[in-house]
Formats: sequence, structure tokens, C-alpha cells
Amino acid sequence: MYLKKMLEAVARVQWKQDSIVKLLFFAWLRQRVGHSESVLAKPADVETVLELVSWLARQSDGYARAFEDISRIRVSINQTHAALSDKISDSDEVAFFPPVTGG
Amino acid sequence: MIRVSVQDHDFKLSDEIARISSCSNDAGAVVSFVGLVRGQSNGEELRALILEHYPEMTEREILKTVDSCLNRWPLKGVTVIHRFGQLKPNDQIVLVLTAAPHRQDAFDAAQYLMDYLKTRAPFWKREIRASGEHWVEAREADDRAAARWDQN
Repeated sequence: MYLKKMLEAVARVQWKQDSIVKLLFFAWLRQRVGHSESVLAKPADVETVLELVSWLARQSDGYARAFEDISRIRVSINQTHAALSDKISDSDEVAFFPPVTGG
Repeated sequence: MIRVSVQDHDFKLSDEIARISSCSNDAGAVVSFVGLVRGQSNGEELRALILEHYPEMTEREILKTVDSCLNRWPLKGVTVIHRFGQLKPNDQIVLVLTAAPHRQDAFDAAQYLMDYLKTRAPFWKREIRASGEHWVEAREADDRAAARWDQN
């Protein structure tokens, strides 16, 4: 918890006005990305989920592999199902996952 | 009575039916659905099924589904239990109970709940078979089953 706060603070200083988002990954997306959670500062021109996906895919091979077929990705913002065209705000929790298979 | 539980441990059907039945005198019907782990998948024997979920979202999403269900049917009670973690063939995965004055409402509501759980609740299944680990793919039939409720 303390470490997370530190990272957020560092990110805020580095990127000034950019917003901080928390990313979560589930199922095979988590395996491809290589971690289940990260906190990062997103550039100001990245406004929608789709823009975030394209930006992330340029940041690492893991992200690129996870997002190679966008039709297989579902997303939620602050624990509510969302669309790729939805906008992201400061401090949002954005989760990426495959279509759900419960029940 | 609304009871929603996301848990790793098993549940006992008879206890749950007794609980929902005792909460109302007007329920003439209780419908139950229990989902079980199949022993085979893709022609292979299943060793285990691992259910992963998104804890902060799961209960919320199930409660939303229950809420919309209560708006559609005059129910006296709803119970939803969904398990996560490692399960074996024949284990119980999910329980839906609906109590209503008359059976048709209880049947329809139970089906609605299952259709929506399948397509909305953030769970993901991974199968452990002899050939390795496989993520279960979502089925289009489940999407169609949920979509038909939007039309009527």
C-alpha cells in the first residue's frame, strides 16, 4: 500500500498533469502481459480505452501480445462493464479481460 | 430474501432451499439450478477446473443482475452462490434459487439469472487436462441466450 502510494506520487511528479490509472489484467491477458496489476501515468492525449490499448501495445512486447486481437478483449472501468470508446478519468481502475466464462 | 455469495467452499443445496423457503409464506414455488463441473472436455478427461474472478467486481455485477431480475418478476427470494478456486469433476460450481408465488415466474427468473451470470459476472475458467492447461472460450450460444431477454 505504501509502495503503491509512492509510485503514484513519483508518477505524478514525473508526468505533472497526466492522470494516474490503475490497470488490472485477468486470465490469459494477465499471462501475456506478465503481471496482474500496474499503476501508471497515461499521456494526456490518451483519452479512451481504445487509445490506452494502442498506447500500451507500443510500450512492451507483453502488452502488444495481449492486445493483438482487440475483438477478444473486454474491459471494465471502476468495476463496471465498459466499451472501448469510453473515456478514462484520473484515478480510474481499468480492467482488461477475455469474455467471461462463469456459471 | 436476497443472498449472494462468492466463495471457495462448497454449498449444501438442501440448506439453501430450507433457508429461502423459510423467509416467506407467499412463495408457492422454489426453482433451483446447480451447475456442475463436467468430467470431460474436448474428448479429454478433465483433471481440474480453476475459476479465477475479479473480486471487487464480481459481487457487484451479480447484485446488479439480481436487481434487474427483481424488477421483472414478483419474486419472494433469490439466492446466488458462485464458487472460485480449484474444482474437480462433479463439484458444484454455481447455485441459483428463485422463490415466487407461482412457478412460471420462478422458472423464468432462474433462467434469466443464469443467462446473465454467464455473460456478465467476471469469472474465467481454466481447464487442467492431460494435454495441458486450456482457458475456456466464451460461447456465442450464451450471448444469444442472454440477448433474448432484451427483446421481451
